[in-house]
Amino acid sequence: MNPTAPGADLPEHPDFLWDNPDPKRSYDVVVVGGGGHGLATAYYLAKVHGITNVAVLEKGWLAGGNMARNTTIIRSNYLWDESSGIYEHSLKLWEGLEEDLGYPILFSQRGVLNLAHGLQDVRDSVRRVEANKLNGIDAEWVDAAGVKEICPIVNTSPDVRYPVLGATYQPRAGIAKHDYVAWGFARAAAALGVDLIQDCEVTGIETAAGRVTAVDTTRGRIAAGKVALCAAGHSSVVAKMAGFDLPLVSHPLQALVSELLEPVHPTVVMSNAVHVYVSQAHKGELVMGAGIDSYAGYGQRGAFHIIEDQMAAALELFPVFARAHLLRTWAGIVDVTPDASPIVGLTPVENLYLNCGWGTGGFKATPGVGDCFAHTVAKGKPHPYAEPFTLDRFTTGALVDEHGAAAVAH
Amino acid sequence: MQLIPCPWCGPREETEFHYGGQAHVAYPQDPAALSDEDWAKFVFFRANPSGPLPERWTHSAGCRRWFNAVRDTRTHDLLAVYRLDEPRPVIP
Ligand SMILES: Cc1cc2nc3c(=O)[nH]c(=O)nc-3n(C[C@H](O)[C@H](O)[C@H](O)COP(=O)(O)OP(=O)(O)OC[C@H]3O[C@@H](n4cnc5c(N)ncnc54)[C@H](O)[C@@H]3O)c2cc1C
Ligand SMILES: [Zn+2]
Repeated sequence: MNPTAPGADLPEHPDFLWDNPDPKRSYDVVVVGGGGHGLATAYYLAKVHGITNVAVLEKGWLAGGNMARNTTIIRSNYLWDESSGIYEHSLKLWEGLEEDLGYPILFSQRGVLNLAHGLQDVRDSVRRVEANKLNGIDAEWVDAAGVKEICPIVNTSPDVRYPVLGATYQPRAGIAKHDYVAWGFARAAAALGVDLIQDCEVTGIETAAGRVTAVDTTRGRIAAGKVALCAAGHSSVVAKMAGFDLPLVSHPLQALVSELLEPVHPTVVMSNAVHVYVSQAHKGELVMGAGIDSYAGYGQRGAFHIIEDQMAAALELFPVFARAHLLRTWAGIVDVTPDASPIVGLTPVENLYLNCGWGTGGFKATPGVGDCFAHTVAKGKPHPYAEPFTLDRFTTGALVDEHGAAAVAH
Repeated sequence: MQLIPCPWCGPREETEFHYGGQAHVAYPQDPAALSDEDWAKFVFFRANPSGPLPERWTHSAGCRRWFNAVRDTRTHDLLAVYRLDEPRPVIP
């Protein structure tokens, strides 16, 4: 094959990477949800804490939820110290993950531009850059000419409705191939003894004297010393089985890809204001995401007008895309919290742990939260990076308001 | 895009409407008596079922009036549409 052909750097399609065992009657830890977070949690439980009698229960197929549906943007340029802590911890793990897992994940640190289109956008962006620098995170403010230099196909003309005034730039940010990330974690966890069980929906959570004892599943009852919830869009449904509510609303979030194109887009460009974010996948598709559908939904499909808005925004920013064909669209279900930050930690039920509320932006956290959540489950108390993200913060008022840096931009 | 039947205007395109979240969330009767937990429930916690959900919509590009709907969050089907002064219909 011509080594410069698009996709030439993709590895061969993998063989089976894990066994497909039947569930045992009991485990030390049952992880609910076989997305990236569940798999990473199981991997670090086994690798770092030596807890290998672990099952990951997935109602569908492995990593077929948001893990397979996201636009794979990885960055750590959030505003608050709490978020910097956990997202930068994750980015550092991404930087060594391929070696750690012994599996290609195609992590490409091609940088991320977050565009600013108005004066207040500019001020907020510059503030965030300074906050990032204080936290030791690489960040720069670049003006419109600088944007053009980094990504020549961006339309920086002042004659558009929302002109590009500049951008924050994080050079270490980038993308990875989400399926490979999931398979890498799955393979490594399975090799350490973790049972990955697909087609196994958790339908009930049993407790006795305020402590979790077992889960009921479509493949029978499974006793559990501890249960770790990583059910992303379905967290509210699963938590209700254990008798408590969560401050979450689940929304459809859509994305789409174009046909394969020659390399034209060297970085990742995101815009909160006009609501589109674009990168070019390793094979050559333009990958684009939009905002959430406004209403609650579990259907894994969204409304067409969101796609229309997203395409209009993409075309204004990238006139060169005008004749690209759309190949397919899809949606995931994302669980959104009132402060746009995740919920990680203990629950009102003893030995039941919670990881949810990553909303539109949890892919980037996959290794970081896997590590911190495994620590939380193993020790029975929050990892320092996870501590600010407790469920209690909605009662105490200690919110981590990341709407400015998170919201629907990933 | 789907049609939403406004109780006053009839079926119109979804893009004419805005979503207002869960319906029937009443302001506390005696605010001073609420604990922090109660306030948290009122401010931050909303029903998030996979199934029928009573919710508020406004026909912002039409009659500009608010109304309630029960919508199945799995299929997006509108099971009932009713005025704010009407009780939540029983869905069989
Ligand atoms: C279109 C889109 C674009 C996105 N773009 C980005 C991005 O660019 N960058 C970024 O950082 N994040 C992004 N995200 C968000 C990110 O994908 C999620 O925050 C993250 O994947 C959530 O964690 P997870 O991988 O474990 O979730 P999931 O992969 O959804 O895993 C949860 C799993 O739990 C399973 N499950 C649910 N209920 C049960 C049950 N009762 N029993 C058993 N299993 C159950 C589900 O089937 C699912 O596989 C995007 C999301 C979407 C939808
Ligand atoms: Zn009307």
